[in-house]
Amino acid sequence: MTGAELTSEQIAPRPPREGRRLRRFERSAVGGVLVREMINFSSYWRSTTFSSTVEPTIYLLAFGFGLGSLISSVGDGISYEEFVGTGMVAMAVLFSSAMPSMFGTFVKYSFQRTYDAILAAPVDTEELVSAEALWMAMRASVFGCAPLLVAMIFGLDPSWGMLAVPFINFTAGFGWSCFGISIAAFVKSIDNFGYITSAVITPLFLVAGTFFPIDQLPQWAQVLAQLNPLYHCVELVRHAAFGWEGWADVWNYAALVAFGLLAWRVAIFGMRRKLVD
Amino acid sequence: MPVPDSALSLRGVVKRYGAITAVAGLDLEVPAGTCVGLLGPNGAGKSTTMRLLTAQAIADEGAIEVLGYELPGESKQARAEMGVVPQLDNLDTTLTVEQNLIVFSHLYRVPRPERREAIERALEIANLRDRRHTRVDELSGGMRRRLLIARGLVHRPRLVLLDEPTVGLDPQVRQELWALIDRLRSEGISILMSTHYIEEAERLADTVTIMSHGKVVAEGPPAALVAEHAGGEVHEVYGPPARLAEIEAEAQAAGRRTRRTGTSVTIIGDFSGNGGPAADGVQRAANLEDVFVLLTGEEIA
Repeated sequence: MTGAELTSEQIAPRPPREGRRLRRFERSAVGGVLVREMINFSSYWRSTTFSSTVEPTIYLLAFGFGLGSLISSVGDGISYEEFVGTGMVAMAVLFSSAMPSMFGTFVKYSFQRTYDAILAAPVDTEELVSAEALWMAMRASVFGCAPLLVAMIFGLDPSWGMLAVPFINFTAGFGWSCFGISIAAFVKSIDNFGYITSAVITPLFLVAGTFFPIDQLPQWAQVLAQLNPLYHCVELVRHAAFGWEGWADVWNYAALVAFGLLAWRVAIFGMRRKLVD
Repeated sequence: MPVPDSALSLRGVVKRYGAITAVAGLDLEVPAGTCVGLLGPNGAGKSTTMRLLTAQAIADEGAIEVLGYELPGESKQARAEMGVVPQLDNLDTTLTVEQNLIVFSHLYRVPRPERREAIERALEIANLRDRRHTRVDELSGGMRRRLLIARGLVHRPRLVLLDEPTVGLDPQVRQELWALIDRLRSEGISILMSTHYIEEAERLADTVTIMSHGKVVAEGPPAALVAEHAGGEVHEVYGPPARLAEIEAEAQAAGRRTRRTGTSVTIIGDFSGNGGPAADGVQRAANLEDVFVLLTGEEIA
């Protein structure tokens, strides 16, 4: 390259646009970050899609047919395969939102320095975090349906209510990605993620009603489950598949929305502290 | 909106990190359409200054104005009209050259009808038209740096911040980039360029600001700085360390300022005529490096 070969038209500054003032929160900034994620996704979607469909299949086979041979039905005449198949949706959402957000966010700010590049453009932390969470929520919304489809192959009957599952997944996925981003914003080193997965995520996921109904647990555990967003997601998906339960589901959905909003603000606060000194 | 005379200005800016004061009352001005070189040893506060200008660091004291916008409040507007070339390569390495430019044409809000053209223009600037479909991790170091610069120009900014633009590159690539930077300046783009390559500042900058410990220690056109701080001529003597120490002592006893380079000692001013042991040195024109070392000290922080 030699600067001399370039014409003035190619490098002369653009005259400033009159009257265009950027607002605090801009859709086009969020859109720009989403474009980046989508282009990136085109280079790794195969492996992600593979793992998010193969994993629930293995769980279903192991739990559905392994444990399922010991248990004929769970409560209201639902077979154990159907019980696990619907319960696994919440887990698939968790694993396709919280985990990649935790690792992805850490890698992007500390190793790849992607966020430094984005914040040097007209994008603020709030827009950046919102866009990243929206993207992960969209992914989780789709990947979260995989266990349901797998369960259908093994005999789960389709129902109209299941059309609500992608929306439930999206809401839960948004909260979990914000949770993942928050964790990444507060840990000092990537090794500390081990503490979070074993001390927070594993217990949450065991007492969410995925593999066994929580009404068999002691009273205190059932009260705690109300604070577990995964539990609300499991309940909603099962009710979508086997029949809605009115106000109980309004409460379940409200809990997911509250979780999402809280985690969103915490993620923005944490990332601003991390990225802007 | 009237075009401001100054592309950016910092007044009394202070930035602390705990007990460390990275920027300690900095005054800096880049007149519109000029290239200002920011010189300083490692830890002088150059990178912090660059971060302050994009509001990725918030000043504890002082006022910052970029393209007529006050920071940090109006920083987003300022960032929309300037381009930033970071010191650390933060390209998306698994994406192609073209994909990297597409992403930034969105982030910089290039209007949809102009996007295609903007990307072609940036490919031209980076001289990577034949490589548009190559993944970044398959590019050479020089190509990556060209892409990094072109990425910051995709929206035709009025002001460009270059943080150590040629660090770690071989001389040929460095000269290519110099030609490009010089071309930008000739089109009236204001440039703030931090560097610790003195030759780079000497060749490209209209004025040079020398920073040390978070403050400006000298500023002006390179030639004027040399004349003011090192005079016209210096006397440079080579020799083994013991001899250099001896000459240093002799010159200082005569009330002269000296500076050490790795293998020689430089005495400011003419020192050939005194007949002492230093008489066999060579007389040469003073340069910006002499000024730099005199003002920022010889010890490595």
